[in-house]
Amino acid sequence: MAKQTEIRLTGSGGQGLILAGIILAESAILKGENAVQSQSYGPEARGGASKAEVIISKEEIDFPKVGKADIMLALTQVALDKYANTLKSEGLLVVDSSINVPEDLNVKNIVSIPILNTASEVIGKTMVANIVALGAIQELTDIVSKEYLEEAVLSRVPRGTEELNKRALQEGYNLVK
Amino acid sequence: MKNSKIKLMQGNEACVEGAIAAGMKFYGGYPITPSTEIAEFSAIKLPLVGGKFIQMEDEIAGIAAAIGGSLAGLKSMTATSGPGFSLKQENLGYAAIAEIPLVIVNVQRGGPSTGLPTAPAQADVMQAKWGTHGDHPTIALSPSSVKETFDLTVRAFNLAEKYRTPVIILTDEIVGHMREKIEIPDASELEIIDRKRPGNNEENYMPYRVREGELVPPMAAYGDGYRFHVTGLMHDETGFPSNSSENAEKLLDRLMEKIDNNLDDIIEYEEYMVEDAEIVVISYGSTARSAKSAIKQLRSQGIKVGLFRPITVWPFPEERVYELSQKVKSIVVAEMNLGQIVLEVERIVKGNCEIALVGKANGEVITPEEIVNKLKEVL
Repeated sequence: MAKQTEIRLTGSGGQGLILAGIILAESAILKGENAVQSQSYGPEARGGASKAEVIISKEEIDFPKVGKADIMLALTQVALDKYANTLKSEGLLVVDSSINVPEDLNVKNIVSIPILNTASEVIGKTMVANIVALGAIQELTDIVSKEYLEEAVLSRVPRGTEELNKRALQEGYNLVK
Repeated sequence: MKNSKIKLMQGNEACVEGAIAAGMKFYGGYPITPSTEIAEFSAIKLPLVGGKFIQMEDEIAGIAAAIGGSLAGLKSMTATSGPGFSLKQENLGYAAIAEIPLVIVNVQRGGPSTGLPTAPAQADVMQAKWGTHGDHPTIALSPSSVKETFDLTVRAFNLAEKYRTPVIILTDEIVGHMREKIEIPDASELEIIDRKRPGNNEENYMPYRVREGELVPPMAAYGDGYRFHVTGLMHDETGFPSNSSENAEKLLDRLMEKIDNNLDDIIEYEEYMVEDAEIVVISYGSTARSAKSAIKQLRSQGIKVGLFRPITVWPFPEERVYELSQKVKSIVVAEMNLGQIVLEVERIVKGNCEIALVGKANGEVITPEEIVNKLKEVL
């Protein structure tokens, strides 16, 4: 089996998780690697628990869906409760600090940081929480590179919000420095 | 970006890029999940190349408009999913008998009826061949990746133009919605085929008269100046209806021979590690990716398995599957339905080897593990 990194981004509909997944996959491609991004639709598209999945690999990616993830982001309690068991025990869980992580959760690395609060209070825009989260994940794992991540962010966010999103990325890096 | 032609793209978008590259100038359709992005991207892209997009009042009108676009000389496409594919069947047959070049994309979702709108399936495979009534030729192509969606859309247009026949792209929600890396080829690298047209001022042009030794009649466009009749009734060379059984036999024979005499040109498949395989998995579309992953897992344990992936699903690669059946111990068919292509394989193999099915129709993908388990059971 090819060595590949599987990432599951979870939260509620409207938090921009699919866009975050697209940005992550695009930065991997900019770096010259392979990536597949997939998403779930249906009743969970608004509110409830929503997820985006990304697989990054230097080799060909066959099965496009994420099984047990290496890295998981949870931005809401509902999402964590629903998807907590879909993370590898040696994996990395990044959660918003507003979320209660069950004490018996068998995950080696858990990083609890104020992603939502940073977006709403430090930057002043709740909607950039997805980009703050990407910054934090990059800083923690070096999964792509800051250069390509920024390039992908700028190519995918709405025009006129570039500076805002650059700041969001920076605040994300800072959260885990 | 180092190479600006390398992009992260969704399958449905790659379909539209392929269509535009092939020369699509008209899209008529009605949006339906999970194919809607094909309509959306067509609406954005067509005006940029001087084409037209029209959203019709329903699925039937969508394919009807595309047929009209093609008769007016434009390369035309429509896209849909299960419920819409059912509605389009009558006009699919019309396009077959009237010999209208046309590309119909079916991004398969869970059925029957409105079923599971957002979930993947591969349960319209038999419908693609037999959904419209009467004997008729069928070409259906099934992509496994975003890149292949581009390539096969170009190919679908080429085959439609070359053989004057509707061509179906049978993709699925997984391939349609996932995003992955694609390198869009230069236009100069693509082979583009255009329908054969009658010469200027061809005396006594008849819309269904074939030239000596050929099977496909040249096609004039409405507006070119030729007056001709098009019908879903059996017709003779003039295009006007004919009730003669002799004529009906001749026409139907020719419609079938267009395809049957050109199987080498139409049929494509991929083989992966079949050379020394004791078991071959037959799988297509997104499920073939799970199958490939399963085969890699088992090969790393020294188990001799391989993959046969029909890229052209109809006409089915019958000859090659028969050959394989004489070499292997078993064939395992993996498909997101309760057993469709497996019936075709059973028919072809004629008991040469054991056949097993990994079938699933609950809206979830078939995982590599499920295929691994079946292969271990069969061993």
